[in-house]
Amino acid sequence: MRWRADPPLIRPAAALVAAVLVALNLGALVMVALRAEGGEGWQAADTAALRFTLVQAALSALVSVALAIPVARALARRRFAGRGALVALMGAPFILPVLVAVAGLLAIFGRNGIVNDFFGFLGFDPVSLYGLHGVVLAHVFLNLPLAVRLLLQGWARIPAEHHRLAAALGFGGWARFRHLEAPMLARVVPGVLAVVFLICLTSFAVALTLGGGPRATTLELAIWQAFRFDFDLGRAAMLAAVQAGLGFAALAALALVTRPEAALGGLDRVAPAPPGGLARAFDAVAIGAAGLFLLAPLGAVLARGLPRLASLPAPVWEAAGRSLIVAAASVVLLALMAAALTLAALRARWPEAVGMAALTASPLAIGTGLFIAVHPYADPAALALPVTALVNAAMALPFALRALIPAARRAEAEHGRLSLALGLSPGAHLRLVLWPRLRRPAGFALGLGAALSLGDLGVIALFSQPGSETLPMQMHALMGAFRMADAAGAAVLLMALAFGAFVGLERVIGGRHAGA
Amino acid sequence: MRSMTLAAALLGASALAAMAQVPEVRVLTYDSFTADWGPGPAIEAGFEATCGCDLIYETAGDGAAMLARLMLTGARTEADVVVGLDTNLTHAAAASGMFAPHGLSPALALPIDWADPMFLPFDWGWFAFVHDTTRLPVPPASFEELIASDLSVVIQDPRSSTPGLGLLMWVRAAYGDRAAEIWRGLAPRILTVTPGWSEAYGLFLEGEADMVLSYTTSPAYHRIAESDPTKDFAAFSEGHYLQVEVAAVLAGSDQPDLARQFLEYLVSEAAQSVIPTTNWMYPAIDLPGGLPEGFDGPRPAVSLLFTPEEAAAQRDPALAEWRDALAR
Repeated sequence: MRWRADPPLIRPAAALVAAVLVALNLGALVMVALRAEGGEGWQAADTAALRFTLVQAALSALVSVALAIPVARALARRRFAGRGALVALMGAPFILPVLVAVAGLLAIFGRNGIVNDFFGFLGFDPVSLYGLHGVVLAHVFLNLPLAVRLLLQGWARIPAEHHRLAAALGFGGWARFRHLEAPMLARVVPGVLAVVFLICLTSFAVALTLGGGPRATTLELAIWQAFRFDFDLGRAAMLAAVQAGLGFAALAALALVTRPEAALGGLDRVAPAPPGGLARAFDAVAIGAAGLFLLAPLGAVLARGLPRLASLPAPVWEAAGRSLIVAAASVVLLALMAAALTLAALRARWPEAVGMAALTASPLAIGTGLFIAVHPYADPAALALPVTALVNAAMALPFALRALIPAARRAEAEHGRLSLALGLSPGAHLRLVLWPRLRRPAGFALGLGAALSLGDLGVIALFSQPGSETLPMQMHALMGAFRMADAAGAAVLLMALAFGAFVGLERVIGGRHAGA
Repeated sequence: MRSMTLAAALLGASALAAMAQVPEVRVLTYDSFTADWGPGPAIEAGFEATCGCDLIYETAGDGAAMLARLMLTGARTEADVVVGLDTNLTHAAAASGMFAPHGLSPALALPIDWADPMFLPFDWGWFAFVHDTTRLPVPPASFEELIASDLSVVIQDPRSSTPGLGLLMWVRAAYGDRAAEIWRGLAPRILTVTPGWSEAYGLFLEGEADMVLSYTTSPAYHRIAESDPTKDFAAFSEGHYLQVEVAAVLAGSDQPDLARQFLEYLVSEAAQSVIPTTNWMYPAIDLPGGLPEGFDGPRPAVSLLFTPEEAAAQRDPALAEWRDALAR
């Protein structure tokens, strides 16, 4: 196993990335706690917030993944005209800023939305969007696309030979599911559940706006309250630690149920034709329903914003330029961090855990901690954009690793021994064996990173100064000044940039058949 | 030729030196103040024309975020002036010891008496529920009528939003010990609670709710900027709670004189005439030319306002009764 000695830079690089991540997450929390003076302890209302946070995050994760499975399965085995475009478009809700997504959902499911118009036409009472079900609906809308994409990658990793063998053996639908798909799902689903759960854990604006009142208080809102309403940093740090603890518990549970990739390789050939008949109808319904659910609100956002796009005020365009620069820097950082941790993850488990941990931290706590850390030495305003690029890269890293690490481990398990037998150098192994199997998830990961960075409105808000606003901040500023129509135009611009960056990077890096 | 170049270079150098010596005044305010469509740009240009200084804005999300930022930076803050706190924040702000008396006595035009030596009002408004007259021709005329109606309203969360906190104070000021009962009555009328003003106002404009918590001046925006006369506020017989936005000089300022000059300019006619159609609030002084058309509608008869001490003392119990009533 001589060549398995890592290329010399990987280990220190991964350690450096891990140090940066730990500093961002735990360091920020420690900074907040150190700055605290005393502080209120745990309160009864916090227990209610904890319960609501857990319930909404768990429900959102379960529903998202349960719905994603038939959709991903249908998309994985059907080929039709426009499939690539549909897969790409269906990814769009995940990269929308949450307020834009809520506006789109209201146009469909709101009091004057299409659904209630139809119900009214049929003589039914209108359905209210507000409550736990509204929160879950919005979270499913935002996260179903990610769940579908991650599951699609799972399906893509079932070797075509297995499908051929199943066909040759005359497997029915159930046997095919039990022997081919269930083992894959058992490996992939826990990770997808965990990712969606962690995203919803720090939800704040969606949960409150659609939750209908203080019973929809999440921990993130309680942290917000501690910072701004009570200016109680001790309490904020404690609540942020509890929230991070929940995330770590979810990650620990994930580590317990994750099974190692099996070394059952195939030759990456084309799979045989899928079954027709009832299965075909079922797949058509799954794809059609998901497409409608995800695309109708997007259509509503577009319809409202497009007319205002051309007449947007100059500051919006300047902000768009700044956002693009931040996103580009963020993607470069993300690529370096993800490469180091993915390669290190072939030998150890800790890089994956460290990379996933970024999802558990409260964005508000990270921002405040960084502000406290930076302020004595430099003007936080001068660092607003670099800090945002770094934090965005760290925030996108868990998604990148979720896509990259299983693919890398799988490639290593299947081809590592062959490379060894052939005496390939580490460089040649990387270039000839790993990269061709990683470029698709890598394109997906970096595209996602760019889109998330473009839509992010987290840390920047604490640092930003006049002249360094990003596009999401400008959109909020327009909304805050009664200019809802211009805000809708800015939302379309944001959506177009994020989607363009996502699809563009995915195609350029992932290759022609990316996204399949 | 050569000497001319030299002269030009010297001139340039002295201009640079002069620029380097221009003192800076740093003003911490909320971000909508400095937006292109906010009052910030005009006020900056107007003040810089006379002060021989460079005015630099720093921004935070809103008044509460500004105060949190000041608390975080403590005495190290570079800000000289703060613009945009309100009476729900001034007690905590004064207790921080970071502010100095302004020493000014302009002729203020507020519906109440004002004698705070540290915090100087620069605009104000009443909280109110805004509705669309085409959808709701006859709005409720009191909290009790609202409770008895089948209308839906959107409000903001008091923990993250200035108007949200204002409504807590409004109910307390109007009903005192009956506040909890009023909130229990209002609970079924409340469609949802948003984190900030813009989400709530957006929901209202989408037609999700019949009324939204905003300001008596909000309809003026629609009348003036959109020529839309259909938005109005519901006058409540209990009176309307005031929001008074104030500015103050930081005790640690290295430009205390310029900072005071800025406050003086902020309540001058030049700056105040910008306020109505950029910040969409009432100016803090009487404008000789009167208010812009669109601001001249009827005003609430009764103004409610707690002193900063009362507001600070009321806050936590008011929040508790709000949460209990709405969490049911």
